[in-house]
Amino acid sequence: MSAARREALLWLASRVSAMILALCVVVHLATMIVAVRGGLTAAEILGRTRGSMVWALFYGTFVIAVAVHAPLGLRTVLGESARWPERVLDMGLLLFGILVLFTGLRAVVAVTMA
Amino acid sequence: MPTDSLAARVWRTDIAGAGAFVSYVVPRSPSQTVLEVVTYIQRRLDPTLAYRFACRVGMCGSCAMTVNGKARWTCRTHVQAVARDGVLEIAPLANLPVVRDLVTDMREFFDKWARAKGHLTPTTTRHDPLARVAPDSDKRRAVDAGIECIGCGVCYASCDVVRWNPRYLGPAALNRAWTLVNDVRDGGNRERLGAVAGDAGCHACHTQQTCTERCPKHLTPTAAIAGLKRLTALAALRGELP
Ligand code: SF4
Ligand code: SF4
Ligand code: FES
Repeated sequence: MSAARREALLWLASRVSAMILALCVVVHLATMIVAVRGGLTAAEILGRTRGSMVWALFYGTFVIAVAVHAPLGLRTVLGESARWPERVLDMGLLLFGILVLFTGLRAVVAVTMA
Repeated sequence: MPTDSLAARVWRTDIAGAGAFVSYVVPRSPSQTVLEVVTYIQRRLDPTLAYRFACRVGMCGSCAMTVNGKARWTCRTHVQAVARDGVLEIAPLANLPVVRDLVTDMREFFDKWARAKGHLTPTTTRHDPLARVAPDSDKRRAVDAGIECIGCGVCYASCDVVRWNPRYLGPAALNRAWTLVNDVRDGGNRERLGAVAGDAGCHACHTQQTCTERCPKHLTPTAAIAGLKRLTALAALRGELP
């Protein structure tokens, strides 16, 4: 793939993931604010999320968007300031993205699977 | 120093290219421009001062310099508006090599217009009828928004990304590309979108709008660059980017 095409598609991925994140963060914050009314316990949270397909899908999407968006943002920052070789940077960030995805999805599974 | 005079600190270079500010005292006059200050110094105080200008009325784009830290067109900048406590510091434009004193080498700046495919690729010949472009069409309006660029380099000298990434095409070249992308007579968009995508092109822009803030013609290169980002993404999805 040409560099031009790759950068254009990565830009699109960064924008689309940003839109999803904006929505997810609002829902997440709103839920937290509503949920903590009257105290918050682990049992309460798990009671809400365990076995819930909706929350599994929601936080699954959230995690995927983070795993796409965060490495792309870091790529821009590091690309400009650290001046690592492009391949090293891209491989490192790919690994970082996979790590975020793996740990994030593991957490989602832990709180939603009964 | 009498209050009706101005302390002008002007960047001077020696034969080896090393530079320093040199102070001159210049009399104030009503509606005096920064270019008039430089001209006064060159004509009355030191004929060896090198600087560049042509039209003196904001059309040619050759007189831009760094005035008290900001890039400006000097022929249309009043001393009164920019002097701080009667002091004016005048330096060459940033992000460009200095030829001598206040004169920069603009080659790279204009070469980038060529790299951004800033020329019309005609789809008809002189034997065809003239194209009819409705003045109120969206595309024509998009062209109008960017077409009055005078190539002064103020935006380019003000852009941090140009400073960090010397390959970055910069706001003026990308603004030019955007006017051609919207030119219904042009047939070179496939190539052009390929040329302006990537980390030397529109995707490097941080959208912080210093170019837009400083452009003396009140153009909005940032909006042009955002347009290029949208169109290159669409073209990439369709597999149309070379
Ligand atoms: S908006 Fe983009 S082109 Fe304009 S000054 Fe900022 S980085 Fe440079
Ligand atoms: S866009 Fe504005 S600041 Fe940049 S070269 Fe053109 S006229 Fe000058
Ligand atoms: S001298 Fe022509 S724009 Fe200033």
